[in-house]
Amino acid sequence: MVYANSDGTDPADPVPTAVKILVAGGFGVGKTTLVTSVSESAPLRTEEVLSSESVGVDDLSGVEAKETTTVAMDFGRITISDSLVLYLFGTPGQDRFRFMWDELALGALGAVVLADTRRLADSWPSIDYFESDGTPFIVAVNCFEGARRYELDEVQLALDLDPEVPVVLCDARQRQSGKDVLIALVQHAHRVRGGGLN
Amino acid sequence: MTAAGRGHDEDVWVDDEAGPVVRPYAMTRGRTRPVRGTFDLISMVVATRNPPAADAGPGLEHLPPEQQAIVRRCREPLSVAEISAHLNLPLGTVRVMLGDLLDAGLIRIHDPGPADQPHSRLYEALIDGLRQL
Ligand SMILES: Nc1nc2c(ncn2[C@@H]2O[C@H](COP(=O)(O)OP(=O)(O)O)[C@@H](O)[C@H]2O)c(=O)[nH]1
Ligand SMILES: [Mg+2]
Repeated sequence: MVYANSDGTDPADPVPTAVKILVAGGFGVGKTTLVTSVSESAPLRTEEVLSSESVGVDDLSGVEAKETTTVAMDFGRITISDSLVLYLFGTPGQDRFRFMWDELALGALGAVVLADTRRLADSWPSIDYFESDGTPFIVAVNCFEGARRYELDEVQLALDLDPEVPVVLCDARQRQSGKDVLIALVQHAHRVRGGGLN
Repeated sequence: MTAAGRGHDEDVWVDDEAGPVVRPYAMTRGRTRPVRGTFDLISMVVATRNPPAADAGPGLEHLPPEQQAIVRRCREPLSVAEISAHLNLPLGTVRVMLGDLLDAGLIRIHDPGPADQPHSRLYEALIDGLRQL
């Protein structure tokens, strides 16, 4: 590929390059809040109608074979420039929709796993997923009121994270905080993928 | 379905419950896969020509209204996910219609590049862009 623009995109093409980042974590941890606070408009919602075929029969045991179910995803858009657009996708909470996660993770630049220190275990399925499929991720500890303040290395230990995986604090309601989280992720993804060498 | 529905038009019975699934089914004539293309969530779609505003333009009026709506919206590049959100249609339905439009030469698709091939300038542009938000 030949790139001519300073950001590595093709100036001759009016169609921008699209990049996606996933926002994962347990139910109620602040995924939609984060997507909303950093995106340029109200969060968008898309849905996929899944048949039991695409979900996998085991996952829907007890459900009629032909039954369909819908899985909804919140997402937002950040227009970086005329030639570069960033999309943020909140992953659907239902971990059983493996099919949807595979589609989301494919080609993703990286993922933010939100964690609430009152229920850290809720982050495990997301962490396991990204560890095994190789998507670069960071953990962002969303600071809810009433939650004891943990040291970040305590969280790292409790989540049994690779020491290379950044753990940052955030307030998903604050735009600046959300931006900082995204920047930390992009820097990490760049490092993980051999950036700085080329 | 409750007694509240009795005495109302047939529509009442269909719309709320069946609407979201039955309507897209009709739009795709029951097809679940596009004739062409795979359409990633962030594949960018753009119309190949720009009919004047307030006019669907020759060659579009024979299309189903939802496909016309896609072409109109895609005068500016939009991702597959955005088309689905703006038209309030499930992804699968949108993909089938995009396949038809691609087949008819009415849209162009720009698939996302592989994220695992690092391109420093792309990462730098993202970081700079986020800082400037
Ligand atoms: N105190 C506090 N509340 C938050 C924060 N982030 C999200 N919330 C609230 O937590 C609730 C669940 O957030 P939501 O984004 O819907 O969670 P999701 O299920 O992960 O999408 C909402 O009522 C938010 O307002 C935070 O950083 N601090
Ligand atoms: Mg949510």
